[in-house]
Amino acid sequence: MQLVLEKRAERSTKIAILSPLLAIALTLVTMSILFAILGKNPVAALIVYFVEPLTDSFTLMEIAVKATPLVMIAIGLSLCYLANVWNIGAEGQFIMGAVCGSFLAVVTNGTDAGPWVLPAMLLMGAAGGALWALIPALCKVKFGANEILTSLMLVYVADLIMDYLVRGPWRDPKGMNFPTTASFDPVATVPTLFETGRIHWGALVALIVVALATVMLGRTIKGFEIRVVGAAPRAARFAGFNSKRLVLFTFAVSGALAGLAGIIEVAGPVGVLQPGISPGYGFTAIIVAFLGRLNPVGILIAGLFLALTFIGGEGAQISMKIPLDLTKVFQGILLFYVLACDSLILYRIRLIASQKKAAQGSIHGTA
Amino acid sequence: MGLLEAIIISVIAASTPLLLAAAGELVVERSGVLNLGTEGMMIMGAACGFAGAWLTGSTFIGALFGIAAGCALSLVFAALTLGLAVNQVAAGLALTILGVGLSGLIGAGFVGEKITPAPHLYLPVLTGIPFVGKILFGQDGFVYFSVALVVAIWWFLYRTRAGLVLRAIGDSHTSAHALGYPVLKIRLLAVLFGGGCAGLGGAFLPLAYTPFFIPGMTAGRGWIALALVVFSSWMPGRLAAGAYLFGAVTILQLHAQAFGLGIPSQLMSALPYLATVVVLVLISRARGSAGSVAPASLGTVFVPDR
Repeated sequence: MQLVLEKRAERSTKIAILSPLLAIALTLVTMSILFAILGKNPVAALIVYFVEPLTDSFTLMEIAVKATPLVMIAIGLSLCYLANVWNIGAEGQFIMGAVCGSFLAVVTNGTDAGPWVLPAMLLMGAAGGALWALIPALCKVKFGANEILTSLMLVYVADLIMDYLVRGPWRDPKGMNFPTTASFDPVATVPTLFETGRIHWGALVALIVVALATVMLGRTIKGFEIRVVGAAPRAARFAGFNSKRLVLFTFAVSGALAGLAGIIEVAGPVGVLQPGISPGYGFTAIIVAFLGRLNPVGILIAGLFLALTFIGGEGAQISMKIPLDLTKVFQGILLFYVLACDSLILYRIRLIASQKKAAQGSIHGTA
Repeated sequence: MGLLEAIIISVIAASTPLLLAAAGELVVERSGVLNLGTEGMMIMGAACGFAGAWLTGSTFIGALFGIAAGCALSLVFAALTLGLAVNQVAAGLALTILGVGLSGLIGAGFVGEKITPAPHLYLPVLTGIPFVGKILFGQDGFVYFSVALVVAIWWFLYRTRAGLVLRAIGDSHTSAHALGYPVLKIRLLAVLFGGGCAGLGGAFLPLAYTPFFIPGMTAGRGWIALALVVFSSWMPGRLAAGAYLFGAVTILQLHAQAFGLGIPSQLMSALPYLATVVVLVLISRARGSAGSVAPASLGTVFVPDR
């Protein structure tokens, strides 16, 4: 007896809907086992992780704050992945967006410059992220260099550029030598939505991005082009779609969104440019994109769910002394299960008699 | 000990983890599988390797722990990509995310602990030879093993029947399957081998390079190892040359930082990463669009028909 994979005649729509839920369920089971190994009560730990953050208005808002960059980055990445272009350097594009936008905040600091500062910062952030993303895209289009490796290498470079700036030229002179810029002026800060809590206008920007992506993918020729190039490159060539230009387009858009997320994060909840502005948003967004099935609305839901794991992880660290790294383990396991369950949309697993017998049978059959 | 001698010794040490991980990945990719999880397997190898050495006091057992950790992670990757026909790029990324998280969890208890670094070879007369003595006869076991590994891989790929089958599977899994070769089984073995090598390369860092563990200590070496495989055009000899070249870049930037020179240290630290981008561009450009020397089936999913 043996398990084999067999291609379905057509993709299963039932499993396409069930698969993310099944993946989450399997992840929770695996996490319970991990909690037990760590000597914690699995039920209590799961409640701290996934239920407690939902019971308090402060943590609910924090989830929205964390989901904002995740959703924005993941929407951009989903365009790349749909077109079969592999931008995995969103973390670097996020940082470069934060750096380029912060430039204005730093030079206008204390000058009472006026309300044009913030919009200009957002534009520069998006431009910075897009330009940073165009480096691997151009290397791929012009020279055929693998975009996975180049986009990832530039994450480390972006991190070092930011490190240089906040330790060197941009360091707050009154900051007691801490590697951070001066706090941004109010005109260089993304306003909060309510009197209390940290939820800010960036959350609405993320929602607009989701809406725009939905329209673009479903209703425009560009969205159609992205999906055709990704799903059937040969057909796309016959249709006259230029796959090289699409590489540049998807990289530029995803870089701009990551950069915008970066500057919004810095000008919003963080308020200064400093190392560690991202707990790995650029990488977690990859998981968000896949968990959301590369669909804008799915990504919104997935982004909120993964933001919940960040907040739940922080809560579990404080109240149950569960290491913060467990959140990353959780995210990795979740991505594995999502990928595995997605496989079942196209394939089914069948139990068959041992292969040797089957092979013999076919020989006899043809003889 | 002269400065040049010291530099060469440190270059070899910096190159060894890259060489070990890249050599394993070369075999994996030659079989047609693209495992982007090298960074995750290396950092798990580092954490488990350190744990093993700290618990037992033996570098050797530590190294075995590292290999086992790399193999275990690669088995997960194999289950997904070979068993369930999952996209290899996505599964590799998942492996790295998982490896980084797990290594932090495992290594958390060992941060700040110290172990005795791997012993270096000492031969009475030979090690004493000026200049070349320490370079040739005074290294630790990892260094000798990595060189032997590359030679063994070259011999396996080009001089054995099994190596020929592996390359055939990498170039056309459909033809190899039609000829009756067990494509998935051989790919599984290749992936496990690659995982073991990456785990060992990661274990080298806390066992021999620095005698302690820091979370994230692989610092992108797994990704550089992947770039090295592209750089090598999937040939073991060029792989070794590339690994030592990158080791040299890493060490030279450290020395340049020590001298000051007025260059920001961050720019120097960025050099290995920038060099990787530049090298990838140059190599890809030299090959042009036609020169796909990569294994033809690399990264594609294979589901045997019956």
